[in-house]
Amino acid sequence: MIAFLVKRVGNAILVMLTVAFFAFLIFRFLGDPVEMMVNESATQVERDELRSRLGLNDGFLVQYLRFVTNAAQGQFGLSWRNQQNVITLIGERFPATFELVIIATILSLAIGIPLGVFTAIGRGRWWAEGLQFSSIVGVSLPSFFVGIILILAFSVSLGWLPGYGRGEVVQLGWWSTGLLTPSGRAAIVLPALSLSLFQITLVMRLVRAEMLEILRADFIKFARARGVKRRALWFRHALKNCLMPVVTLTAMQVGNLIAFALVTETVFQWPGMGMLFMQAVTFVDIPVMAAYLCIVSFIFVTLNTFVDIAYAVIDPRLRAA
Amino acid sequence: MSISYHPPASDALALDVRGLSVEFPTRKGVLTALSEVSLTIRRGEILGVVGESGAGKSMTGMAVLGLLEPPGRVASGEIRIGGRRTDNLSEAEMASIRGSMVGAIFQDPLTSLNPLFSVGQQLIETIRLHSSLSRAEARARAVELLKQVGIPGAEERIDHYPHQFSGGMRQRVVIALALAGNPQLIIADEPTTALDVSIQAQITALLRKLCREHGTGVMLVTHDMGVIAETADRVAVMYAGRVIEIGPVEEVLSRPKHPYTRGLMGSIPALGARVERLAQIDGAMPRLNAIPTGCAFNPRCLEAGSRCRNVRPVMVAEGQGSVACLVHDGGVQ
Repeated sequence: MIAFLVKRVGNAILVMLTVAFFAFLIFRFLGDPVEMMVNESATQVERDELRSRLGLNDGFLVQYLRFVTNAAQGQFGLSWRNQQNVITLIGERFPATFELVIIATILSLAIGIPLGVFTAIGRGRWWAEGLQFSSIVGVSLPSFFVGIILILAFSVSLGWLPGYGRGEVVQLGWWSTGLLTPSGRAAIVLPALSLSLFQITLVMRLVRAEMLEILRADFIKFARARGVKRRALWFRHALKNCLMPVVTLTAMQVGNLIAFALVTETVFQWPGMGMLFMQAVTFVDIPVMAAYLCIVSFIFVTLNTFVDIAYAVIDPRLRAA
Repeated sequence: MSISYHPPASDALALDVRGLSVEFPTRKGVLTALSEVSLTIRRGEILGVVGESGAGKSMTGMAVLGLLEPPGRVASGEIRIGGRRTDNLSEAEMASIRGSMVGAIFQDPLTSLNPLFSVGQQLIETIRLHSSLSRAEARARAVELLKQVGIPGAEERIDHYPHQFSGGMRQRVVIALALAGNPQLIIADEPTTALDVSIQAQITALLRKLCREHGTGVMLVTHDMGVIAETADRVAVMYAGRVIEIGPVEEVLSRPKHPYTRGLMGSIPALGARVERLAQIDGAMPRLNAIPTGCAFNPRCLEAGSRCRNVRPVMVAEGQGSVACLVHDGGVQ
């Protein structure tokens, strides 16, 4: 088990080093940092002085190692746009994205799992087949389109929910949360729904397929022979056996959600990391882009590593292995 | 329908099946999987049910449990468990019968247990489904059941998961689960087939002991004549969805009346006897969509006459058992 963990963590570090390498390439070679930073009227002497101060004259490997060392400590330098520390900028935006992604994940599980169970046990009935068919729509619709439709319906036409922004936020230390105020809670509904629609259908289709398979298993038949009622059969015996792939999917998808959040945040003017990144792209703010790349990858890799550990928690057969 | 075989109608019967037919509607027409099956099991008695694959042994067990795979359905006949008629119950009513009046043991103990729940959780769940015991009382009863089926260290083993048990121990757990609701009848569908030969004898001995102690009737479905000889009190031989012979195990094994039963007995190798080639019955059991008219066995039967191709034999009393064969009922010509 420990050897396995060490191997997994080793893999994770290797992946992160590779990602950092690409982030570094962007950082170092996409345009000339000095040209971006200095005033147009700066003299060659001033430019050379800045170049050596930034360490741009050092060898490639030295610069890369310096980049990795700094990145590991959360040092991504200053934003070229507003001279603020990049990590502070991202830190300010991270809670908004995180809350959005968490709510979207909870929604996708809370809606997707029951729907999956119902479409499996109702197979052949019109309502189950109808749901299954309409899930194709959910998988196919692009995220920005769903967002626009939601805004049009619930914000513009019905006026029930706000269509942009994050509402009022409360500051808890460095963390800003919108979940504690009524306007913040109202504001998160539409973007979270828009972000999770794809996940809901994904979870639903996965749970349905798994359930159909598990319901044919011998232990389900034996549980019926013991007198286990249908409800317990579905939601206790069968569902628990379906959860393994759902955990994998969810953990992987949290990474995807953060990436998809870029689109949703833009549509809903949600002040998260995705919007920060979009602004950084517009202004060619390379330190912010490099930092975003590293941080999102870090979340991805960490989640994947935790999935392996979660397996062992759910399935007793893996605990000893 | 003329039934010449009249078992005593009594509450002492753990199982009373009369004229049971099971049908599968398919696109090409209705297949009759079981046809006019009648058999009884007394409390504390083990009835072995033998036959080739597809003869309807397991199907009979599943019909009694109310676990026929759709679209299979009971087309006619009656099933009584402990005197109560069960073939006409709803799914919800049948669910409360399963476990409390009729238990089941299936072939593969590895796949019979839910891998994600400890054996204790599964036992306690079953016990509480069929009684009003508290969780702690149910746990005590679960430990007691595990001891009864011979699991050493039951107090610790109760919290273990199925994968931590060996095959034989797992089947003991399955037996404990089948007994958890104190049923009057247990359907044991090939309970030893997936086990090592050395373990098989232990499990059949355990089954026999427990059914005597608890007064539970057992329907032991198997294709293994050795298991029948060691375990069963009576035996029913099935062929092509029909019971063709039923009687006390010594009588059926030593003096089989039906030509098919004789063929089955002839195909068992005797220990120590040197034979070049085992005796076999020529041909194969007919498929459900091509069962011959008259006696289903007539194309393979060495004693068949013209009447066998036209008249369907019914069960007639013969010795201490009954047999469905025209040889014993008016002759083959």
